[in-house]
Amino acid sequence: MSSRHFVSIFLDEDSTFGAVLELRKAGFKIREVYAPYAVHGLDRAAGLPRSRIGFITVAAAAIGSLAFYFFQDWVHAVDWPLNIGGKPYSSAPAWIPVVFETGVLFAGLATVLALFVRSGLYPGKKAKLIDPRITDDHFAVVLDILDSGFDTDQVLRICNRHGVGAVEEIEVPSKNVKRPTSDIATLEVWR
Amino acid sequence: MARTAWPLREPLIAGDKTPAQVTIDISRPLEGRATPLWWAAFLVSLTTLFVGMVAVSYQIKTGIGTWGLNRTIGWSFDITNFVFWVGIGHAGTLISAILFLLRQRWRTSVNRAAEAMTLFAVMCAGIFPIIHMGRPWLAFWVLPYPNGRGPLWVNFRSPLLWDVFAISTYFIISAVFWYVGLIPDLATLRDRTKPGLRQRLFSFFSLGWNGALSVWNRYETVYLILAAALATPLVLSVHSIVSFDFATSVLPGWHTTIFPPYFVGGAIFSGMSMVLTLMIIARKTMRLEDYLTIRHIDTMTKLVLATSWMVAIAYATEFFVALYSGNELERFVFLNRAMGPMAWSYWIMVCCNVLVPQIFWFRRMRRALPVVFVATILINVGMWFERFVIITTSLHRDFLPSSWASYTPTLIELATLAGSFGLFFTCFLLFCRFLPMIAMAEIKGVLNAHLKPAHGLEVAEVEVEAETEPIAARSVVGGLEEVQT
Repeated sequence: MSSRHFVSIFLDEDSTFGAVLELRKAGFKIREVYAPYAVHGLDRAAGLPRSRIGFITVAAAAIGSLAFYFFQDWVHAVDWPLNIGGKPYSSAPAWIPVVFETGVLFAGLATVLALFVRSGLYPGKKAKLIDPRITDDHFAVVLDILDSGFDTDQVLRICNRHGVGAVEEIEVPSKNVKRPTSDIATLEVWR
Repeated sequence: MARTAWPLREPLIAGDKTPAQVTIDISRPLEGRATPLWWAAFLVSLTTLFVGMVAVSYQIKTGIGTWGLNRTIGWSFDITNFVFWVGIGHAGTLISAILFLLRQRWRTSVNRAAEAMTLFAVMCAGIFPIIHMGRPWLAFWVLPYPNGRGPLWVNFRSPLLWDVFAISTYFIISAVFWYVGLIPDLATLRDRTKPGLRQRLFSFFSLGWNGALSVWNRYETVYLILAAALATPLVLSVHSIVSFDFATSVLPGWHTTIFPPYFVGGAIFSGMSMVLTLMIIARKTMRLEDYLTIRHIDTMTKLVLATSWMVAIAYATEFFVALYSGNELERFVFLNRAMGPMAWSYWIMVCCNVLVPQIFWFRRMRRALPVVFVATILINVGMWFERFVIITTSLHRDFLPSSWASYTPTLIELATLAGSFGLFFTCFLLFCRFLPMIAMAEIKGVLNAHLKPAHGLEVAEVEVEAETEPIAARSVVGGLEEVQT
């Protein structure tokens, strides 16, 4: 079993934007868009939900801060109480700078790690490119070709209206197809 | 929608570039042979770095008795250099994070190089406190790890320890932020470089990036979180904590509540000047005049002018408060700064930091590159002296006149300072040679920024509901097309 996809290549962001909006209006489900740079608003237009990575940031910041708050308290009040200038052993105001810094450190590292894990990016990974010019200046819009009701003519009409550069149908062996996780899946398509 | 919905603006990037042209222009310095100018600069920097390494090896072997410090002046050249370099680093984060938050799109031309500058400056800064420990091979003792000495923990009440946490967090987060920003550009280079070692390295570090929008979506969120939620408060905290090294002591001249904002303002001031110095060199030697336009220089000099006033107000405030406080010791320290034996350093500071930037009130001066170049170097001299004034002049006339002393740096100290500049420029030149010094993927996104509406009209703000209501953004997008045709 394999899946078939319709790839249209665009040469600039405005035609990609227009085509994506119109394809969705016509009821086509967009599998993925490939872009050389982040086009403001294109993700929303293609139906992508807002990323929830922010929750990981907050959680990691809380873990980092709390861990180091209690660690400092334990060091100075429990494990080795040391009278410094007659101050209380457990003096919260003095812990604030380290609590803040460790919160930021944990949050930053966790956020970036979450990005890498969630997007399947890792060092040495071989890139699966629709077209090598995607990282230069080309855009690609990928649609699923379902057995029933994929109107190629209509897609071509829409794409042409927005000045499409090239179109192509590709087939992807099923072992490489992951289950879609959202409206627009993280599936990667290659020749 | 009317054609005049928003005023026409000057383009951010000159020369009507297409995205493909951006890739070519910015990859060019990486792909050809290095220019003779680059080699000359690199060899000078490397030699200076070597001199510094010899000096550092000597002082580590012999001990810090090789410095000009004495019993009265226990901190001087080293901590001055430390604070100076940390301050230089701050402009990188200001440009990449705070200006991102303020939607200053011109920053895209400068942020990559400024972030690299941050990393190298923090590396230079780190050298000085480590050597100052006297036994740098035990430097890891500042980390709170379970050890065989009790375990004897570090003192979390000490601002010097806060510094350890602040500077190392700052370095790590800046490095991560810089690397995340580099990933799309590394992928661009991967796809245009011929097979070989460079291509394999680009491929390894670009993490299999393929430009998928679902990844861009997360990437943009992560970039915003790193910039807005983390780096912005971080950069403000780091120099505040550096200032705590002084402000939490009880020494007249150091014991001041104005220090945190004063240090942060000064850091941004000196860092901006250093960015300008580097940018003026880079645009000429790398032929990037279309990307680092006169408009960029103009905007940054305005920031220098604004921060110079922050610093000036801080100087005036601390002087006034010292005189007005009725505290004899405080008053003495400040009068001694301005009129004592080290008054020359105080007046260098005032001239360079308060008087010199005033030429930037004039548009012609802001756009005259030789003027800007000289002025920014003078400002950095001034900012170095600011730290010298704060540290050394507050110490040299102690509470007991019998322990009054003076301070002259030794050759070893001068060589170490020179070496830190060598390290900074060596790293920076290597960076310019092997990595894209302008963020290509970000520049491509702002090529048409001047043709688009500012805020409130942006298509992104229009919610497009998934299947049921496909296009609510239609009218806005229609307007956009109309304007562009």
